[in-house]
Amino acid sequence: MSKVYNSTAEAVRDIRDGSTLIVGGFGLCGIPENLIQALVEQRTRDLTVVSNNCGVDDWGLGLLLAAKQIRKMVSSYVGENKAFERQYLSGELEVELVPQGTLAERIRAGGAGIPGFYTPTGVGTVVADGKEHKDFDGRTYLLEKAITGDFALVKAWKADTLGNLVFRKTSRNFNPIAAAAGRITIAEAEEIVPAGTLDPDSIHTPGVYVQRVVQGTGYQKRIERLTVRSI
Amino acid sequence: MNDNRSVIVMRAVQEIQDGMVVNLGIGLPTMVANYIPENVNVMLHSENGLLGIGPYPVTGEEDPDLINAGKETITAISGSSFFDSAESFSMIRGGHIGLAILGGMEVSETGDLANWMIPGKMVKGMGGAMDLVSGAQRVVVIMEHVNKHGESKVKRACTLPLTGQRVVDRLITDLAVFDFTKDGMVLVELQPGATLEEVRSKTDASFKTTTELERGVTC
Repeated sequence: MSKVYNSTAEAVRDIRDGSTLIVGGFGLCGIPENLIQALVEQRTRDLTVVSNNCGVDDWGLGLLLAAKQIRKMVSSYVGENKAFERQYLSGELEVELVPQGTLAERIRAGGAGIPGFYTPTGVGTVVADGKEHKDFDGRTYLLEKAITGDFALVKAWKADTLGNLVFRKTSRNFNPIAAAAGRITIAEAEEIVPAGTLDPDSIHTPGVYVQRVVQGTGYQKRIERLTVRSI
Repeated sequence: MNDNRSVIVMRAVQEIQDGMVVNLGIGLPTMVANYIPENVNVMLHSENGLLGIGPYPVTGEEDPDLINAGKETITAISGSSFFDSAESFSMIRGGHIGLAILGGMEVSETGDLANWMIPGKMVKGMGGAMDLVSGAQRVVVIMEHVNKHGESKVKRACTLPLTGQRVVDRLITDLAVFDFTKDGMVLVELQPGATLEEVRSKTDASFKTTTELERGVTC
């Protein structure tokens, strides 16, 4: 049965106000730019967005922020965005900062059916406030809870019609774990191929985690910091 | 790079040994990569999902799908591998990264590090810094010894919110190199041109010195 939707608008239609979304990407690398655009056009509001970053002022999740569609961000680093600062200081936007590895593992745990885990990250810092501490073999750890989403939005390089996904280089980042942690996972891809044409040994995200696949168009793939060397 | 920063980076390069897996933090630590000798083979880890960072690309070969943790376009060396963010931090948390070199705002005499947040300023987030300091086998912090007002960044206790408690193994500044041991903070080297008196006068933290350094001063 094909999971392919005809348009990004159709793929995000049932994302309602107040939903929790897990969104793949690191900086502007590997972000589901078409699906984010579709949510901007749909004007879905009061979103809780779990994503490592929040885009830049005029691209990626920054577009949802600029349109005031996000109520809460759960991220590890949000320093690239002026609208973020304004909305946070005025109290319109709630923010939960999570160490990047803890964020990744909380999402992974969510997809893997593990409700919580102990990690040494953040012991003795503000991150530890209010959390259960437990010693194992003489070292102290914090209890961190899993994250799941009503929806996950991810970006693949290639998808097949059954939702098997392949990512390219460092655009993989949070996408596979986000895909597993969404109750409904929507993947946009640069290329959709017939089931059976991807090498089963090379699939990064098995199709069981992906409910919808949609062809992305007009990829901008913006570069946040262009750095080159002289020969 | 100004002279102080250059002194710090050139000393930090010496921490990197052949065969190591190393994570370099954003900013000054990233510049350390430019000075690793060609006969020293290291795998540089990027927490967004790459083991084997190469040099910056030449113009025209930049790839938006290939960036480092500072969101800069990079290349990947022969023998590199890509992976997702959970796997990347399993490498860090699991102790598979031999050395992390990170920047600092303050370091305390007990090896606490503050490098992610200044109260009253916009909070940007800790990124992967808290995971790196609690997971890497060895943590080296590099920073200028005093701030722009001339105040010591090497403190008895950090005044800024911590990134990690008792996590620093070695601190390299433009004036000196300190190790954090069971016996406390120990001055192990003076940087070129620095004197013990100068280090003492510009350091808020209390520290011990090695007998070799003491002798050097009295000679």
